[in-house]
Amino acid sequence: MKEKRAKKIVYRSESEMPAMVISVGSQTHNLTGAWRNIRPEIDRAKCLKCGICWKFCPEPAIEIVDEWPVIDYDYCKGCGICAEECPAKCIVMAEERK
Amino acid sequence: MRKVIMGNHALSYGAKLARARVISAYPITPQTQVVELLSEMCADKTLDAKFIKVESEHSAMASCIGASAAGARTFTATSAQGLALMHEMLHWASGGRHPVVLGNINRAMAPGWSIWADQNDSLSERDTGWMQFYCSSNQEVLDSVIQAFKVGEALMIPAMVILDAFALSHTYEVVEIPEQDKVDAFLPPFDPEIRLAPSDPHAFGGLTGPEHYFELRYKLQKDMEKAPALIEETGREYEKLFGRHLGLVDEYMCDDAELLFVTSGTAGYTANVAVDLLRDEGVKAGNLRMRVLRPFPFEAVRRIVGKAGKVAVVDRNISYGHHGIFYQEVKSALYGQANRPPLFGYITGLGGRDITHESFKEIAAHALAKDGADEEIVWIGVKR
Amino acid sequence: MKKDKKMTLTLPADELMSPGHLACQGCGATLAMRYMLKALGQKTVLCIPACCWAVIDGPYPYSCLDSPIYHCAFETAASTATGVKAGLEMTGDTETTVVAWAGDGGTFDIGIQALSGAAERNDDIIYVCYDNEAYMNTGIQRSSATPYGAWTTTTPVKHFKNRPKKDIVAIMAAHRIPYIATASVSHPEDFVKKMKKAKDIKGTRFFHVFAPCPTGWKSRPEDSVKLARMAVQNAYFPLFEIEDGEKVTLSLKLKEKKPIADYVRLQGRFRHLKDADIAAMQAEVDARWDRLLKSC
Repeated sequence: MKEKRAKKIVYRSESEMPAMVISVGSQTHNLTGAWRNIRPEIDRAKCLKCGICWKFCPEPAIEIVDEWPVIDYDYCKGCGICAEECPAKCIVMAEERK
Repeated sequence: MRKVIMGNHALSYGAKLARARVISAYPITPQTQVVELLSEMCADKTLDAKFIKVESEHSAMASCIGASAAGARTFTATSAQGLALMHEMLHWASGGRHPVVLGNINRAMAPGWSIWADQNDSLSERDTGWMQFYCSSNQEVLDSVIQAFKVGEALMIPAMVILDAFALSHTYEVVEIPEQDKVDAFLPPFDPEIRLAPSDPHAFGGLTGPEHYFELRYKLQKDMEKAPALIEETGREYEKLFGRHLGLVDEYMCDDAELLFVTSGTAGYTANVAVDLLRDEGVKAGNLRMRVLRPFPFEAVRRIVGKAGKVAVVDRNISYGHHGIFYQEVKSALYGQANRPPLFGYITGLGGRDITHESFKEIAAHALAKDGADEEIVWIGVKR
Repeated sequence: MKKDKKMTLTLPADELMSPGHLACQGCGATLAMRYMLKALGQKTVLCIPACCWAVIDGPYPYSCLDSPIYHCAFETAASTATGVKAGLEMTGDTETTVVAWAGDGGTFDIGIQALSGAAERNDDIIYVCYDNEAYMNTGIQRSSATPYGAWTTTTPVKHFKNRPKKDIVAIMAAHRIPYIATASVSHPEDFVKKMKKAKDIKGTRFFHVFAPCPTGWKSRPEDSVKLARMAVQNAYFPLFEIEDGEKVTLSLKLKEKKPIADYVRLQGRFRHLKDADIAAMQAEVDARWDRLLKSC
């Protein structure tokens, strides 16, 4: 995975741009968490650590940290697949806190 | 080594000597011998290249682009309808900065079906960002392929080497085949700085917004503007090694020309014969053959045309509703110049109608009789 | 759950796709990419024509993948990939896997000529069609992968699509290529297993991947995996492999084939359908399923 929260690329003039039309930076500069209007919240007390939420995240915005699934709210778009697929029903989609 | 070969095989030998690594092509008359010989060379390993026998010209250029992006020297050949089918991918090759070399046999566009020479196929691709080399002999075809790779790879711009259907493609001429080690010294392996490689991953050609696209195209034009000097320099370097000079234009008795023909392709060769015959009759004729149309050789055209008495531009093509395309281009190059001799535009030889020295004599008679062009288009040889 | 219990991961842990990409919420195509790269690893070059993924990857000068990509013309996924493979081989890289990654429009419609050419030559590429059953990137127009009954912006409700989905897998099987697989984003373990198998096969390998699109299907984003699973379980999109164009193997035997109506009713694109229309869809699914079972 590319470095998270990468810097935006700013080309001030054509002389800084390669001749070929190529990417040089990571799309992780784009914090898609801003798209979200409902947010998944994991209740660790009920979590089975089955990894299904991690498996089905289309971003992916769920990482495994110290053997727990952890949501990266900078990127989670709030699609709700994790909550829908969780067999323990330990993820709830809560109203986004603005 | 000297060989008697057809123009199409001159393209094949050029690609072989340039050590093309990937060749992808689809057959079309009158190009077929180019790919037949190359596929034999690949099969018997006299050329270490992968030949992709694609199902269309569109796929031919697409796979050439993929191979070039992966860092391989890449060659293809086509003609007319095939070139037109490639059109989208021609933009892709230049915009993506992939220095593919393409041999195009100038053939008239259908309908009616024609397999005979004119230039409307390649001139329809004039604005795709490719260099265009128009050849007048089989030797020039072979030499131009090697030079096109050299210039193209230096600038990361693709190039077309263009020859007339049958008049060159199927005509046998004596051609000096250069020695491989000398060509290798002239043309080192293609080694682009950036290529498709997992060790240095980039996304090529992604969605490009108005804040970046403009600059990328500016860069393409700026690099294309470097091409005229580089073509001349490459021509001089080639001459040192191989004894044959090719530049942006080919001048024949231009210095004192009262009547200057501006020509291209095999008509440019015939024009030299006509110049000799006219000079025998006391007419100081000359011939400026344009070898390169893109990049347009502004300096050479202005300098040579500017000192002529009258200028007759001979076009084997037409932009319907406007004029012959070389005529438009020469005319626009002269705008604002101090020396602007009377300029006449002639359309002739469409669909493979022969352009003979008689055609040039007819053109000369017309131009010499008039003080200036009173009709925009003069048709030579049309039955009406 | 206990703190010291280890997480269960049924897929390779490496992520070669980064977040921040431009896919819609609940995008199936994005899951498909994530799984494919987990299977193939970083030494992969992707050729992506016009399709949702041309945008999802992120605009110039960015990318969200760790592997190189060539964004190619719409109809050229297969031919570009063929060229890339040849170019890599001729410059000394014989290891990198080259993937053509196209949507259903770029595969079933505009790209089928180049795909057929590559398959007939048995070019050494993996071709993945992620199928969301319409031209989603241009705003939901019908493709030849759009199923009977579906609304799209060019098959409005009063004239919904009245022809069945083209059978792309049968077309590819007729090319006698070494490996064909169907896969679904609801069954990533199966997808990864097949992709790893395909990686070690030489020649043209074709994947037909079911990738729900909430935006185009007018379904809820959270239902994407569920819909994909239902499509597998009701045999709308069965999972199987075909080797050498002949040997058909079911990847998942269905104990009980669920009716298609539940699947249809979760999608706004089918909302206008009457019971008789759904019965017609069911009949088509049944016929296809029977043919598949007979070919095994």
